[in-house]
Amino acid sequence: MPEIMYREALNQALAEEMERDRRVFLIGEEVGKYQGAFKVSQGLLEKFGSARVVDSPISELGFAGLGVGAAMIGLRPVVEMMTWNFAILAMDQIVNNAAKLRHMSGGQLRCPIVFRGPGGAGGRLSSQHSQALESNYAHFPGLKVIAPATPADAKGMLKSAIRDENPVVMIEGERLYALKGEVPEGEHLVPLGKADVKREGKDVTLITWSRMYYFCEQAAQQLEKEGISAEILDLRTLRPLDEEAIVASVKKTNRAVVVEEGWPHSGVGAQVVDVIQSGAFDYLDAPVIRVTGLDVNMSYAANLENATQPDAAKIAAAVKKVLYVEGH
Amino acid sequence: MATAIQMPSLSPTMKEGKITKWLKKEGEQISSGQAIAEVETDKSNLEVEAFDDGFLVKVVVKEGESAPVGAPIAFLGQKGEKVEVSAPAPSAPPAPAAPKAEAQVVPIRPAPAPAPAPAPAPESGRLFASPLAKKMAHDQGLDLKALHGSGPAGRIVKRDVEAALTKAPAPAAKAPAFVPVVGRQEPEKIPLSTMRKVIAQRMAEVKPGVPHFYLTVDVEMDAAMKIREEAKALESKVSVNDIVIKAAAVALRRSPKMNRTFQGDHVLQHKNVDVGMAVAIEDGLITPVILDADQKTLSQISAEARELAERARRRALKPQEYTGGTIAISNLGMYGIDSFVAVINPPHASILAVGTVSDRAVARDGQPAVRKMMAVTLSGDHRVIDGALGAEYLKELKALLEHPMRLLF
Repeated sequence: MPEIMYREALNQALAEEMERDRRVFLIGEEVGKYQGAFKVSQGLLEKFGSARVVDSPISELGFAGLGVGAAMIGLRPVVEMMTWNFAILAMDQIVNNAAKLRHMSGGQLRCPIVFRGPGGAGGRLSSQHSQALESNYAHFPGLKVIAPATPADAKGMLKSAIRDENPVVMIEGERLYALKGEVPEGEHLVPLGKADVKREGKDVTLITWSRMYYFCEQAAQQLEKEGISAEILDLRTLRPLDEEAIVASVKKTNRAVVVEEGWPHSGVGAQVVDVIQSGAFDYLDAPVIRVTGLDVNMSYAANLENATQPDAAKIAAAVKKVLYVEGH
Repeated sequence: MATAIQMPSLSPTMKEGKITKWLKKEGEQISSGQAIAEVETDKSNLEVEAFDDGFLVKVVVKEGESAPVGAPIAFLGQKGEKVEVSAPAPSAPPAPAAPKAEAQVVPIRPAPAPAPAPAPAPESGRLFASPLAKKMAHDQGLDLKALHGSGPAGRIVKRDVEAALTKAPAPAAKAPAFVPVVGRQEPEKIPLSTMRKVIAQRMAEVKPGVPHFYLTVDVEMDAAMKIREEAKALESKVSVNDIVIKAAAVALRRSPKMNRTFQGDHVLQHKNVDVGMAVAIEDGLITPVILDADQKTLSQISAEARELAERARRRALKPQEYTGGTIAISNLGMYGIDSFVAVINPPHASILAVGTVSDRAVARDGQPAVRKMMAVTLSGDHRVIDGALGAEYLKELKALLEHPMRLLF
């Protein structure tokens, strides 16, 4: 299987879906002539022309609304947000229109649209540009929210999202775009709503998504040397949550650590903990611990930025705590 | 203000404790639930844990020193706080327990006193266990109260239940959950009759302390030994002693008057049949108790006896595990001792001294025959048991051991 970058995997997904379905088009800031702020849309303008790869003005609310309208009349827009920090401006279109049209029209209208772009800290971009905002979107019924960690999942999930009949919010990892991984060529679909056991283990379940998966993997490798076997469940989809997979894994390991980049308060991880306590109460051997970004605004200084985010050491310490390892 | 951490009462008979090791040093921060010291009591070594957060501002009883129960052993306070200790604590009399109970220290394995305990043990409070540990214990028929919690604040967690299960695989994994027929019941207080009072007085005059009397019987063990083979076929390990424990318990159930203890001005009639077993340990012995031994299967008794003996040798028994019972069994058969007499372990009313099982020539139907024989000597507390009662008990015990099928009825 060829090894390609996360951004290339997304590019493949877009190109394949645009080829497969004439209704699919891409709109966003710098997606055309500039080939994408993160080069996800490289070569697409050349291939599909400016009617289907549309450079928008800097107006998130405006082009998000254009996308919603296009979806209502039967097109399948992919709306690229340069980052999800900027999509806050488009919140009204996403949550008040895209998420609700099907319900409010009694099923007469559909909104098959994908809003996609990077989330999370990018590296010294300070507080306004370093936010992991997935819990904002996961809050709303009517939206699906996905956050793939690997290039293969990124491709397979974007393709599934484009074909989905509902609005999908896809939060990509800003720091994952250059990450390489094996990606199947051609048709590769990853179903939405299905978590993936990325690593089998028996002592503890690390539940996570997106970039935090890699910290979990580092922690799991380190813990393995100490005789602790950690399972990693990559949620991939944050709404709807794969409750079955979460409960099954915790029933197996009896302990869970939930890792997310965002803030602790009202985070997606809090919802995961609720799923665990209601679905696996009798199987829990320790309180579930969350490892999250610190409850502060992101600093510009690199050392503080790192200290604010979860890392492998913090995750390993949490694992030892739920395992009652002495000194933790 | 700094508060005193007192020497906790870790066993019903504990009067003082020796600090074998401080796990925290002066000046160190302590959080509630942390073990702070190891204490050697008259029975075993136990850890004590802090019940409050703070700093260990002063250690008054050093390692190797002893202090009476209730005496301050250290002080807990704010960081850098100075504490003046006027008198050396080790010799200080036990401080009267304040009604507000500023007890900072509880045993990590709190010991609820079993009913027949001579002195009250510290109040255990609520038992903490993880949901999983509770479920596992419930499914396997384990009593959580009998487990040692290794989690924070003594929380019983999965590994504690697993440890108990691997130590006692037979009752846990194979047998269905044991449900005692009678449950645990308070012993009944019986006032002394005038005759009983006179007997007790006169016997104690002749033999001060616990006036012992002795009865010996030879038991043919051929049938009982077959049980061991049957057990082997079922991949279960049953010792002679396990069979004696079971038979002694069943006989006690059938002779309730033997199931009494002398309490000075009254007698306690026990409702449950709890049998102690003397275990030799380094520099002494201890008598862990198998509760409701009459209700348990041989494999349950066997597993429990093995597990108790193993922990006794590690000095890891909990106080409630070597308290109670009305009878004990002392077996020196493995040393080849033919017969001996044993000293009663108060407040028990009797003890069985069990000798070795050996081939001996005996008369059967007028002919010499070789049989596997075992001598059992009962020592009885004459204040509460008379010779005829003891003899009836031994007769029943002999019958049960010689015809072990009767243990099934």
